[in-house]
Amino acid sequence: MPESTKLTAADFSEFRRAIVIGASSGIGEALARDLAKAGSRVALVARRKNELDRIAKRIRETGTGEAYVHVHDVAHFAEVPELFDKIVEELGGLDMIVYAAGLMPEIAEGEYDFAKDKAMVDVNLLGAMAWLNPAAAFFEAQRRGTIAGISSIAGERGRRGNPAYCTTKAALSTYLESLRNRLARYGVNVVTVKPGFVDTAMTKGKKGLFWLISAEQAATATLDLIRKGTGAAGFVPHRWALVAWVVRHIPSFVFRRLNF
Amino acid sequence: MSTALRTVLPRRVLDGFGRAGNVSCRHVAPRSIEELARVVESASREGMTVGFRGSGRSYGDASLNGRGVVVDTTALGRMLNWDPVNGIVDAEPGLTIEGLWRRTIEDGYWPAVVPGTMFPTLAGCVSMNIHGKNNFKVGPFGDHVLEIDLLKASGEIITCSRTKNPEIFHAAIGGFGLLGAVTRVRLKLKKVESGMLRVNAFYAKNLDHMFDIFEERLGDSDYLVGWVDSFASGDATGRGEVHQAHYLHEGEDPEGRASLHVERQGLPPTIMGFPRAHLWRFMRPFCNDPGWQFVSALKSFMAMLSDGKSYLQSHVAFAFLLDYVPNWRLAYGPTGFIQYQIFVPHETARETMKAILKLQQDRGLPNYLSVLKRHRPDPFLMTHALDGWSMAMDFRVTESNHEKLWKLTEEMSELIVGAGGKFYFAKDAVLRPRDVERAYETEKVDRFFALKKELDPNGLFETELARRIFGSRLDATATGTQKTESDARPYREKSDAPPSSEPIETRSTA
Repeated sequence: MPESTKLTAADFSEFRRAIVIGASSGIGEALARDLAKAGSRVALVARRKNELDRIAKRIRETGTGEAYVHVHDVAHFAEVPELFDKIVEELGGLDMIVYAAGLMPEIAEGEYDFAKDKAMVDVNLLGAMAWLNPAAAFFEAQRRGTIAGISSIAGERGRRGNPAYCTTKAALSTYLESLRNRLARYGVNVVTVKPGFVDTAMTKGKKGLFWLISAEQAATATLDLIRKGTGAAGFVPHRWALVAWVVRHIPSFVFRRLNF
Repeated sequence: MSTALRTVLPRRVLDGFGRAGNVSCRHVAPRSIEELARVVESASREGMTVGFRGSGRSYGDASLNGRGVVVDTTALGRMLNWDPVNGIVDAEPGLTIEGLWRRTIEDGYWPAVVPGTMFPTLAGCVSMNIHGKNNFKVGPFGDHVLEIDLLKASGEIITCSRTKNPEIFHAAIGGFGLLGAVTRVRLKLKKVESGMLRVNAFYAKNLDHMFDIFEERLGDSDYLVGWVDSFASGDATGRGEVHQAHYLHEGEDPEGRASLHVERQGLPPTIMGFPRAHLWRFMRPFCNDPGWQFVSALKSFMAMLSDGKSYLQSHVAFAFLLDYVPNWRLAYGPTGFIQYQIFVPHETARETMKAILKLQQDRGLPNYLSVLKRHRPDPFLMTHALDGWSMAMDFRVTESNHEKLWKLTEEMSELIVGAGGKFYFAKDAVLRPRDVERAYETEKVDRFFALKKELDPNGLFETELARRIFGSRLDATATGTQKTESDARPYREKSDAPPSSEPIETRSTA
C-alpha cells in the first residue's frame, strides 16, 4: 500500500457526518475508525453491541471524532426508515454513508442451502437497498453527498464455489452503478469498492489466499477511491483490476473446468 | 393501515415549481378520500407531520414536507356533481382547473378566477386563495367558493361556508393547507356567452404610463394585466404592454356559441414555428442577462407596434399564458429560479414599484418576467390581496448569484413591509418569520394560530413553507414531531449564514 495517505481533517471536511453499516468488524470497522480519526462524527451500525461499544470506546479514547452506536440487523428492513431518520437527526445532517455489511458463509462441495443463500441476499443486497435508498433520496435533495458500497471482485463472474455470494455482489455492483448514474448529475458521489482478499473474519481459514491485505489497508485504499470524486468504481488494491479483467475474459467452456 | 407509514412509504425527491429547492419526502397518493383520512390518522398516530401537494405548481416550498408525509392529491380528481343550470360544481380536491373548464365550457361556464396556468388543483387554489388578472373586479378564488369540506386532525370532516363555520371558512381559504385537508370544494362558475374575449393591447412607455392606462381602464375591463420590461432603465423604466379583456355579450361573438366548444379553446401547437413542447430548449440559451435583455427589448418593440390593436382570443389562450411553453421552468437551468410577488397599497404603489425595479438594476439582478396587476381587499384572514397593486417577478437562481439574490430579496422585503405591503406564499421561497409577522399583522397571525390550535392541536399539518415563514409559532403548537436544524432544508432563512458556493441546499450546521 502506498504510504502517502496521510489523512488530515481538511481532507474529510466533506465527510463530517457519516454512517457506517457493518461497522463491528473488518473493513467497516477500519473505515469507521479512519473517519473518526480525521474528525468525523460516525454512526456505527451493526448487530453486535459489544463489538460496537469496543470500537466506540477506542474512537473516544483517540480524542478526535465521535461515535454513536446503533444495534441493528440489516435484514430487519422495516427498522431502517426510522433508524435512518434518527441517525440523521443525531448527526445533525449527513455527508456520507458506507454499506460494509456482508455475509459469506462456507458453502461445501455439493451443498445447496437455500437458507444460507437467502441470508446472503438479505444482508449483501436487500439490506444495501433498504439503507441506500433513503440515503440516495436525501443526497439527491441535498445535491451533495457520498455513498460507498463494499462489493467484491467475486461479483465479476459466477464462480462455482459460492453461487449466491457471487450473485449478491454482482447485483450490488450493478445497483451501485445505477445509483451512480442516477445521482452523478446532482453532485452525489457513488463509489463501488471491489476488494480482493482482505484479512477479516470472512476469509479466516480459507485456503489459496494471495495478495492478502489487512482491513486497515483496505479501508485506506477505499477512502482514496472515495476521494477521487464522482464516478469511481474500483478494485482494492488496484492490481485486482488485472485479475478481474482476465477472469472476465476466460471463455465459459474453460471457466467451467476451473476450480477457483 | 396495519403497517407503519414510516416504514412502508417510499421516498421521493420533490421540488417546488421554481426548482430552486428539493426535499426528500415520504410520498403517498391516496385514491379515495377514505384512504386520505386513513393516511392522516396513521401519520397522526406515528407522530409524523402531513403536508399536502396537488400539482406541485407552487413556486417555493408550499407543497414540500421533508419531516413527515407528503399527501399527493392528484389521484383525487373527480368531479362529484355539476349543475349546468346554476353553474355550481362539487369536486374532489385534486381536480385541476383544466379538468374543470373542459367539462363546463360547453355549458357556458368558465371559472370566475383562474391562475396563469391551468394545471393547479382546486384544493391548491383554495389553500393559496389564488388570484387572476381580474382580481380588482371579482376578488380571489375564495370569493367564488361556496363551501368546502375540511378534514380536521382528529379525522372529523366539517363543512365550512359563509354561514357554517364562517371563521374557519375564511381562514382555511388561503390557509396554506395548515388547518386541515380540503376534501371537497363547491365552486360557483361564471356564465359566459362566448368562448372568446375581446382583447385590447396598449403600449406603455414607462411605469407611470402603465399605471395611467390601468387606472383609465379599470372601470370598464373584465381583465387587466401588464407586462413590464425590467431591463429598461432611465425614462423608460417600467415600459411594457397592457392587455385588457372583456367578456363578449350575447350577439357580440360573430360565431355565436360555437366558440364555446372545447376544441376551440386550444393553445397553438407551434409558436414562431417551434413545436410548443420543445420551445423551452430554444429559450434556454437566452436565459441569461444579455440574452433576456435582448428578448425583452424585442418584446417591447413588438408591443410598440401592436399598440391599440384589438382582437378576439379564446379564454384559454388569454388566461393560461404560462402554458404556451410547456416545461418553461426548465429554461432557467438546473438551479432554477424564484418567483417573488409583492403587493403594495395603492397610495405608494407607483413610487415603490419604481424603487423596486431600480434596486434590482442597481444590484445587477434584473428579474426576467414582471407582471403588474391591480387588486382589491377581501374577507379572508391570511389574504395577500389589498387595495393596491402587485408585481410578480421571476429571478433566475445560479450558483454564483444565489447569495446576492437572497440579499436583494431581503432589501426588497424591507421596502415592501415599510410601504405597508404584502407577499404571496404560492410563489414565495425567501421570506422569514419577521417579514411575515410585520406584513400580516401579529393580531391576524395570532388568530390564525388560535384556529390552528383548535383544529389541529398537535401540529399535524406542516410544510417546509410553514416552518420557514412561521418558525417558532409552529413549535408552540407541535408535539411529538422531530425538530432539528439538520433536515434537508431547501430554503435559507437568513443570508448571514456562512457563504456557500453551492446552490440552495441544506443550511450548514458548521
